[in-house]
Amino acid sequence: MKLKPFYTFVSLFVVGAILVFANTPKISGYSHVENEVVNETKSDDSYNKMMDVLTHQRCMNCHPSDHIPKQGDESHPHYFGMARGEDNHGFEATSCNTCHQSENNLNSGVPGAPHWALAPASMAWEGLTRAQIAERLLDKNTNGNRSHQELIKHMTEDDLVLWAWEPGVDADGEPRTIPPVSKEEFKKAVENWFADGAVIPSK
Amino acid sequence: MEISLTVNGVLKTVDIADENTPLLWVVRDTLDLKGTKFGCGKAACGACTLHVDGEAVRSCSYPVKFAEGKKVTTIEGLGDRENPHPVQQAWIEEIVPQCGYCQPGFMMATAALLNKVPKPTDEDIDKNIINVCRCGTYYRMRKAIHKAAELQAEKVISESKEL
Repeated sequence: MKLKPFYTFVSLFVVGAILVFANTPKISGYSHVENEVVNETKSDDSYNKMMDVLTHQRCMNCHPSDHIPKQGDESHPHYFGMARGEDNHGFEATSCNTCHQSENNLNSGVPGAPHWALAPASMAWEGLTRAQIAERLLDKNTNGNRSHQELIKHMTEDDLVLWAWEPGVDADGEPRTIPPVSKEEFKKAVENWFADGAVIPSK
Repeated sequence: MEISLTVNGVLKTVDIADENTPLLWVVRDTLDLKGTKFGCGKAACGACTLHVDGEAVRSCSYPVKFAEGKKVTTIEGLGDRENPHPVQQAWIEEIVPQCGYCQPGFMMATAALLNKVPKPTDEDIDKNIINVCRCGTYYRMRKAIHKAAELQAEKVISESKEL
């Protein structure tokens, strides 16, 4: 009877040791899995850079799908109930230009650029995939009847588009975030993507 | 630098050190027109609303350089005691103000609205009159805006008969 605790202890020790060695993976047992090889072309690289910008809040906030401009990095609905209105400029007497002028206001933190307005409803991008955005961008029925050349000019020269890299400060005086790709890189990406045939990678 | 602008029908030339000075401060401090009020300084509350070439503008966020050569109308230029603007008359009849601080901005916004939409619906008012009143006079303002539309329509008919 006195030996029973001893046998019990030994039995538990043995079982425990088996379980430990059976379930503890040896570090050397892991094998390194190579990343999946993706055949990304130069065109895809341009496309991705371009889309990194177009999907950034500085661009997307004014391409809403619900006719309501967004504000801030969290893209909240524009304060005060502002919306698209009849001509993309807000309402009859309270329009975009009631507050937004042709340049950023560093005193009030109100952003501004020439022809400040919402993108036309046909250019609503909010909630779309990158491929869907690209389709809308290329479709003359939704891009303002623009040719590829006109799109390149719009995307690389329009002051309102390029405002994304000079967005001024917010109402708290803090600089607004800018897209993750530099302006010059974006311009090159746009030009190269169109030069390479404006291929949408998912297609 | 010198900036010339027409304020309430009178040509004014102001000498300004910083062309980005808000129009609000030029109107209040340089031209001594104290009716236009400073509220938030961020184009949000609307207390500083005045008209530039007939359009409602938040003057706290409007650099004076943009007013060069333009026509600015402040609450003082909307009407006076002897000949109040329909909006001012309606505000008096409906006894709208409480503390009164924000009211000039509301009246300027309303005057701009009536120029664009002579007979505004409640929806038009909700969309266009987005100023802030801490006294909560919105209910009386809505009545006054409809009243102002009636008074303005009567004025137009009366003026057309005189012609």
